[in-house]
Amino acid sequence: MAVSSNGTASTFTQLITMTKYSFLNYLRARRFLVMVLLVAIVNLVLTAAVGYTRSADFLNSPLGFYGAWWGSFIDIFILLTVVFFGGDAISGEFQNKTGYYLVPNPIRRSTIYVGKYLAAFIASTLILALFAAFTLANGLYYNMGVPTQFIESFLFAWLYLLTALSVTFMFSSLFKSTSISILITILLFLFVFNVVDELSTILLKIEPWFSITYAEGIVANVLNSTYPPHFVPAATGVAARFSFPTYNATIVEGLAIMAIYLVVTALLGLVLFERKEFN
Amino acid sequence: MTNPSIDIVNLTKTYGSFTAVANLNIKIEGPKCVGFLGPNGAGKTTTLKMLTDLIKPSSGQALINGENVHTNKRAALASVGTLIETPEIYPSLTPREALMMVAEMRGVPRAERKKRIEDAVADVRMSEWLDKRVGKFSKGMKQRICIAAALISDPTILLLDEPTTGLDPRGMSEVRDIVKSLKKRNRLIFMSSHILSEVADVCDEVAMIDHGKLLVYDTLPNVTARFSGDGNVIEVGLLNSIAPAFITSNVSKIAGVLAADPIDDRNLRIKYAGGLEVQANILSELVKQNVRVLSYRPASSALEDVYLNLIKETL
Repeated sequence: MAVSSNGTASTFTQLITMTKYSFLNYLRARRFLVMVLLVAIVNLVLTAAVGYTRSADFLNSPLGFYGAWWGSFIDIFILLTVVFFGGDAISGEFQNKTGYYLVPNPIRRSTIYVGKYLAAFIASTLILALFAAFTLANGLYYNMGVPTQFIESFLFAWLYLLTALSVTFMFSSLFKSTSISILITILLFLFVFNVVDELSTILLKIEPWFSITYAEGIVANVLNSTYPPHFVPAATGVAARFSFPTYNATIVEGLAIMAIYLVVTALLGLVLFERKEFN
Repeated sequence: MTNPSIDIVNLTKTYGSFTAVANLNIKIEGPKCVGFLGPNGAGKTTTLKMLTDLIKPSSGQALINGENVHTNKRAALASVGTLIETPEIYPSLTPREALMMVAEMRGVPRAERKKRIEDAVADVRMSEWLDKRVGKFSKGMKQRICIAAALISDPTILLLDEPTTGLDPRGMSEVRDIVKSLKKRNRLIFMSSHILSEVADVCDEVAMIDHGKLLVYDTLPNVTARFSGDGNVIEVGLLNSIAPAFITSNVSKIAGVLAADPIDDRNLRIKYAGGLEVQANILSELVKQNVRVLSYRPASSALEDVYLNLIKETL
């Protein structure tokens, strides 16, 4: 084991330790089991429904299948996962007083933060992988193969998960109450970002390039047979009354927005946790 | 091993207009046990939290073994075991896992970890709970595990914030025994407590603060000699009972003794005027008079006198 000159473990060893025991804690917690059950139930219902109805929406083409199965549900599961594993990850250290066990050790707060973040990411990845496994198993059963767009979509979803967790950890560092940090995360991802996307597009007529949920659109969009155009203007004439312009993030744009969110919120979250006091 | 040291230099913590700790200066050096006393809200826990990176000082420095806790935390806390307030452990972990986590973090050699954990858990009488989930434990049981965690890396300094809180009387006694055994192993223990008898029992020195300011820091006998209202009190434990007449005619006549009264047939309370010299002389005289002395210690009541006198002055 790597030991530093003052006798404590090296920062890297401490990071591994922090990740290992935080992950163990996640793995044994009831919420992990709940997430596994949720993924299993939704996928089993989908399996039964598609098997019974033989719906054309699912079975007409491989991209149609993966778009309907994976593309329609994965964003809500990512939201649930980050709320379950990240919503109270840092605020819980204050409210539940577990921070009093960890922080007074010769370990940097940043090591604790990153260790917990990695543990949450690994636990969330397991949920994502479980959903992907159900999707793939059904796709192969219906002879849909594994299109490269599905692999791309999985990787984009993985990056979105990493970014959404980073945003969640930042909000978790901002509050000492677990319920407030969880509520803020849910409101933010479920309503605030989406409302801002719509307002920005419809009222201000500007592209919501500043929104993470806008960037997340690439996860489902890549599963279209033709990638949607970046800008679709509102219809003119009689149809104009109920038609609004829409924007679709390009893949490069979506990846860039997520990467910026990832870096900025990770740094902000770290600074917040470094400055937060246990009182 | 260098002399363990805690150096609190002009340490101040303010919350808006409220000052929790005001320009505190304490230098503690060498193996000993120092009791940290003060009423609720005096600034004891705030000070201990600043020594352990749980909160940041508004100004001043907290140095441990010469290292600044806030600029070089890893070095400063490398040889420090802590118990601040009542920490919680991740509920799904077992004590073995929770202690292994601390052992790994602190760089305890892999080959020693298992034995260290088992020894630390045995010290706090929790061996039979080693592989049960912490989530099911009572507050006192968790406190015992946290004490084991503080001891796991065999630290030279221990920072304890009311370590017996939440423990039953047996647990309190066991913690006091642990602290005493650490003193024998040349550790520096800085311990806050509300229980004056506990401090009198285990500590060599006391530091008292109120309103965030240091009132006194000295050895226990010196503090009681300087600030106790009407003389100091020694409690003497006896092997054999002695006759009241003997107490009146002999013990009361020892130089410096103001009064000697039996507490029961095996315990004696001696009130005296003077400091350590007088205290030592009384013990010599008792031995010369063939009194079989089992224990001889400043009574907590003397410390209580000091505490009440000093705190009253700052109200």
